Amino acid sequence: MVDRSETSGPEARFKAYLAEGRFMIQRGRSTGRYVFYPRIAAPVSGERDLEWVPASGDGTLYSITVNRTRDGNYNIALVDLVEGPRLMSRIEGVDTAPIGASVKARIAVLDGEPAIVFDVAEKATR
Amino acid sequence: MSETLRGQAAIVGIATAGVGEAPGRTSIELLGEAAIAALCDAGIALNSVDGVFAATGVHGLPAMSVAEYLGLKPSYFDGTNVGGASFEVHLLQAAAALYLGLCDVALVAYGSNQRTAGGRLVSLSEPQWHETPYRPRHPITGYAMAAARYMHQYGAAREDLAAVAVAARKWANRNPDAFARGPLSIEDVLKSRMISDPLTVADCCLVTDGGAACVLVRRERAPDLRQAPVYILGAGAALSHRSIAQMPDLTVTAAVESGQRAFEMAGIDRKDVGVLMLYDAFTINTILFLEDLGFCPKGEGGRFVSSGAIDPGGALNVNTNGGGLSCVHPGMYGLFLIVEAVTQLRRQAGERQVNAESALCHGNGGTLASQATAILGTQATL
Repeated sequence: MVDRSETSGPEARFKAYLAEGRFMIQRGRSTGRYVFYPRIAAPVSGERDLEWVPASGDGTLYSITVNRTRDGNYNIALVDLVEGPRLMSRIEGVDTAPIGASVKARIAVLDGEPAIVFDVAEKATR
Repeated sequence: MSETLRGQAAIVGIATAGVGEAPGRTSIELLGEAAIAALCDAGIALNSVDGVFAATGVHGLPAMSVAEYLGLKPSYFDGTNVGGASFEVHLLQAAAALYLGLCDVALVAYGSNQRTAGGRLVSLSEPQWHETPYRPRHPITGYAMAAARYMHQYGAAREDLAAVAVAARKWANRNPDAFARGPLSIEDVLKSRMISDPLTVADCCLVTDGGAACVLVRRERAPDLRQAPVYILGAGAALSHRSIAQMPDLTVTAAVESGQRAFEMAGIDRKDVGVLMLYDAFTINTILFLEDLGFCPKGEGGRFVSSGAIDPGGALNVNTNGGGLSCVHPGMYGLFLIVEAVTQLRRQAGERQVNAESALCHGNGGTLASQATAILGTQATL
């Protein structure tokens, strides 16, 4: 279903939810498949019936690197959400983390804008 | 079907310009120098070029910029830009356009002054909004994450990655035109400055200047020209993603598909490929492409390269110019793969010459996103 009262696209909707403190992702009504990053239709199959649902925030670290610069080091991570989609993010509070670690999402402010970051869910994995 | 393109077009001219450092010269000037030199190599006049294929890191509309700069009025042109793999795509497009009679003389050209213009990788690539908050450094972040995942999944070590850089340097030491020459050991690579874990500066390609070009004609005309023709036996391309988070499996690239398409068209066995030019933007690339193109099993690439298989005199002749790691890498390296393959098949490679009748060029672009494979052969392979 396309909600014709909504004029803004999925990117703006996602950012608006984020500004309200909500991590929302899309799910196809007919297929049940989750989509991230937000799009106007399901990739591959093309259904236009994507609806917004709260993300669980639970994920697994798929890969990670530490970018080393003169101004300091920071990590960049790929996280697989339990819902299926993978996203780029950051593991907060640690230099790096082992691939396969369980991680949990929260909303942080990066460069003045709200963004999804993750914390390691199990203290032992450092 | 695609087999009809086999051997229908030939590369009859090649050249590079300003490889290494070219102070005071612009990207289009280096491209132009390479184009003129490649036409001279072929013995073809500039004004007979009616097909233009170009991509650079600085031109948003490269076919127009190149045609105007050289004073050409092409009947067919293609400015496809899928990063460093663009030129293997251009070979396929040029072979198809020649075969269909859409043009008679095709010029593929590239130029970059990125080293002397600032020493940073220049890119027109647009940022991905869902990545930007995390400040990835392109392109190394994606390759580093692929390397980390590969090591995790298959138990490969940093020494395996380093073996790729060391093999490339051994080849570069046989190539007087290579930018980085001199001794390089596994320990040197491991002790180099870490840029993005697990990749050190020695796991990364060079940042150089350089232009390159090649000229193609239909097979009927090729034997009458100045140089021994090198035929396009097969070519294929594939795209898997744009942003690294959308790559389904960071240890498997779309080279699986591009390679399959190229081999199907070429109709040759992998064991008959005498030279492998694999786009080594980072050390992990060579390992992934050896596997994905079918030259060793998935997960075995690290052990394969550590066994000396890609060193000079090893089982495979890989990146005989020294590669992007030690020869030249001006931002988009794909055309230099083709130049080296043709040089080898013409037997003009001097101290690094290998015995080969066919060569595979594998281009890669973005963060392992675009993959394009071209298989070339001498007259004997037709």
